[in-house]
Amino acid sequence: MEIIVCVKRVPATDSKVKIAADGRGLDPAGVEFLMNPYDEYAMEQAIQLREKAGAGTITVVSLGGADAQKELRQCLAMGADKAVLLDDGGKPNDGCSTARIVAAWLKTVPHELVLCGRQAVDNDEGQFPSRLATLLGFACATEVVALTLDGKVFRAERDIEGGREVVACPLPAVISCNKGLNEPRSPSLKGIMAAKKKPLDTVAATAVEPALEFVSLMLPPEKPPGRIVGSVQELVAALRNEAKVI
Amino acid sequence: MSQFKAADFYQIDDLFTEEERMIRDTIRDWVDDKFMPIIEEHNRSATFPRHLVPQLGELGVLGASLHGHGCAGLSPVAYGLILQELERGDSGLRSFVSVQGSLCMFPIHAYGTEEQKQKWLPGMAAGKLIGCFGLTEADFGSNPSGMLTRMEDKGDHYLLNGSKYWITNGCIADLAIVAAKEDGEVKMIVVEKGTPGYSTNTIKNKFSLRASVTSELIFQDCKVPKRNVLPGAIGIKGPLSCLNQARFGIAFGTVGSAMAVYDEALRYSQNRIMFDRPIARFQLVQNKLVWMVNEITKGQLLAWRLGRLKEMGKLHHSHVSLAKRNNCWMALECCRLARDVLGANGITDEYQTMRHMCNLESVITYEGTHDIHALIVGREITGESAVT
Repeated sequence: MEIIVCVKRVPATDSKVKIAADGRGLDPAGVEFLMNPYDEYAMEQAIQLREKAGAGTITVVSLGGADAQKELRQCLAMGADKAVLLDDGGKPNDGCSTARIVAAWLKTVPHELVLCGRQAVDNDEGQFPSRLATLLGFACATEVVALTLDGKVFRAERDIEGGREVVACPLPAVISCNKGLNEPRSPSLKGIMAAKKKPLDTVAATAVEPALEFVSLMLPPEKPPGRIVGSVQELVAALRNEAKVI
Repeated sequence: MSQFKAADFYQIDDLFTEEERMIRDTIRDWVDDKFMPIIEEHNRSATFPRHLVPQLGELGVLGASLHGHGCAGLSPVAYGLILQELERGDSGLRSFVSVQGSLCMFPIHAYGTEEQKQKWLPGMAAGKLIGCFGLTEADFGSNPSGMLTRMEDKGDHYLLNGSKYWITNGCIADLAIVAAKEDGEVKMIVVEKGTPGYSTNTIKNKFSLRASVTSELIFQDCKVPKRNVLPGAIGIKGPLSCLNQARFGIAFGTVGSAMAVYDEALRYSQNRIMFDRPIARFQLVQNKLVWMVNEITKGQLLAWRLGRLKEMGKLHHSHVSLAKRNNCWMALECCRLARDVLGANGITDEYQTMRHMCNLESVITYEGTHDIHALIVGREITGESAVT
């Protein structure tokens, strides 16, 4: 079975980010980047499915600049067989454009199951999985918390408001993975050593017209400093007269 | 406590390869997830978290710098960074790994027969077999050549008599690599658990390395098969070469301890309010923090260079002595300053600084004391030996 895992390099969520000089993106200086945490669930699930099937190839793909090779190497160290960087120099992409670029590349490689994270924690669009499935004409299950394969039929469980939904469909499919699906493994030292010898190819990303234009990016307004009041009476007065909440 | 932030004031990260950084980060995450939540409890109850040993094996940490027989074959710097991260957790954890890899697997790998390697190394790499290293005796620490333990050729076996003291992992070990004299010459022999005449005692009531097992090994007319002698280890050079491996790891490991307590003191100073301001704003507190980051930076560079020298085959044992000596000392000094910054809070085990401080009193003593390493470097630069 040919499994494709899509991963994205994102700023660590506890990083203090700054807006770049053009006001439309992040200034990467001093920011720690890592693999999108939801993509780790996808990667782990691919390994588990391959282990269970006893055969299969995992190809991990990322759209970005050369620095995304670090995250691809991490996937190779976890257990992916090969990696492909769709190199676009690392410019910002909306979910629609990303899906078009990845769909164009997928036409060139065998694939039956595409796994990805439910959303990337940088832009939080969450559009990519369903857009990709639409472009490919594949079945799609999103935000999956359990996934099994019975031959070429997948069975996925999704958390829905107040309950759990179970869906099933023959492959091919695009599945987006949610927290709770599994516990992603750390790469073993032998895995890290072996990763060096696995293929990591760079392919120029297909040029597509951006679906959205990033106009501006701004940080939330700074919180005004707190104030310590001297008594309960003063607090009540402030809540009533200044904040007007009671 | 919030996630550990590793000091890297001089962008020393750039000196490591991507692979070395990835290996380090894997161990750093493992220590955060699996070790930090349980260490204080083990330290309190003086127990070794033995359940983690198979995980260490699975990660590939045990004997990681050796090649073949199930070992990962890492570069010296990558191996050092692993020990840095483990000791950031606790010196006891790092000690376990140093003993297993540098003191037990290394001599089997370097001095053993192919049969011996096949018998023990894969199980030790996987964490299924635990080793201990018996060199030090109660009355022979800095002067191991004076050891009293003897092995006597009895035709089809050796008869081993004597005892070893301050032996990490002793009571939990499946095999002991023991240094003993045969006709006045030091040899190394593997004694397996359950061999008649071999027993162990736990050394209790330690203030230091509480989450690590320290033992006495006793050999009383202990019959050891002749095939268990490591044929390549002749003379005191054999065990000393093992110590050299372990000391290399300590030079990196103690940087980890120092980074742990510096991180703790720095955060504390930024949050602790005294005289209506964070204590980080006081000049005397800043001076302490700067001393720490200053010495940590030097220690990181020493360790890095030591690793690269080893990689290039240019390492001399006196290089190792200088780095072990400096980095143990600077880490211990960092602990004392960090404890000072933490004020009274620093004496409880809600903070890790005093645990590291107590541990480092062992680390600055074992594997060659601070003073002995001064004499090793002293002999190298003057050509004069102060002890013989």
